[in-house]
Amino acid sequence: MNLTPMHLIVGGVVGLGAIGVYGLLVMRNLLKLVIALQILGKAAVLALVAAGANSQQINLGQSIALTVIVADTIVAVIGLALAVQVQRHFGALDVRALATLKG
Amino acid sequence: MPLDSVEILLVTALLLCALQAVRATRLLTAAIWLGAASAMLSLWLYTLGAHIIAVIELSVGAGLVTVLMVFVIGICGPDARGKHGLVPTWLAWGLVISASALLAALVLPLTGTPVPFIQTSFASVLWEQRALDILLQMILIFAGVIGVLGLLSDRNIPPVIAAFHDQEESVVPTTVEVANAPSSVESPRAWTETPEGKVRV
Repeated sequence: MNLTPMHLIVGGVVGLGAIGVYGLLVMRNLLKLVIALQILGKAAVLALVAAGANSQQINLGQSIALTVIVADTIVAVIGLALAVQVQRHFGALDVRALATLKG
Repeated sequence: MPLDSVEILLVTALLLCALQAVRATRLLTAAIWLGAASAMLSLWLYTLGAHIIAVIELSVGAGLVTVLMVFVIGICGPDARGKHGLVPTWLAWGLVISASALLAALVLPLTGTPVPFIQTSFASVLWEQRALDILLQMILIFAGVIGVLGLLSDRNIPPVIAAFHDQEESVVPTTVEVANAPSSVESPRAWTETPEGKVRV
């Protein structure tokens, strides 16, 4: 089978998705979870741009990828602010500390 | 079209940086690896022809997010060791391999239906065809700003913790008073300062 650049892109998307999912499953630190989410967002951006390039509509792929970048950044900022609050209240960034919340 | 060695180098570096960002035990190192992964991704996007997204990814992913993350690490502390274990590692690897195999089987072989080529500029697509996305992005940005302001304001400190801080501040002078008081008295409030010296009230 002749490998093309699109195969390489699919490999990159699958690899980034695998690393992100692994980080989400294994990590307990809130900042590491934000990092894993960022890696998943990068996989989505790469997949959208590659789909646009493959269908000869690169600008459509770019515009949708821009929306993903904005949403991913907002998620990261909210996650970081939440991590600061968790650190203030519990003295740790462990997500298991959130299980003790009441009310 | 054959594979380019530059693209192989970029995808290898991207995956390596992403893996190191997840594996790093120090948060600062992980944030720097994540910024490097963003830089590699922006280079790759540029080679794909997505120049605008490459610049945005470089400025936002490698710039803004990394700076914010370093700022938060400065507040919270850099160490993330010993924080593993929500899911057993073997189960996580099994799930990751299964999900990756399913995704690859869904995508490969790469046989898509041909799409007619439509020449439109990025501005035309963004502002005319995807106007709803722009509206969504504005809503997201405002919601994010309001959320961050709400999260970082001091009003969110629970009453118990606020009461604890108030109590702590009021206790400090009393403690100093106890330290200076004679050891034979039970309470420092039983003594008062007069021109003749300390007298019991």
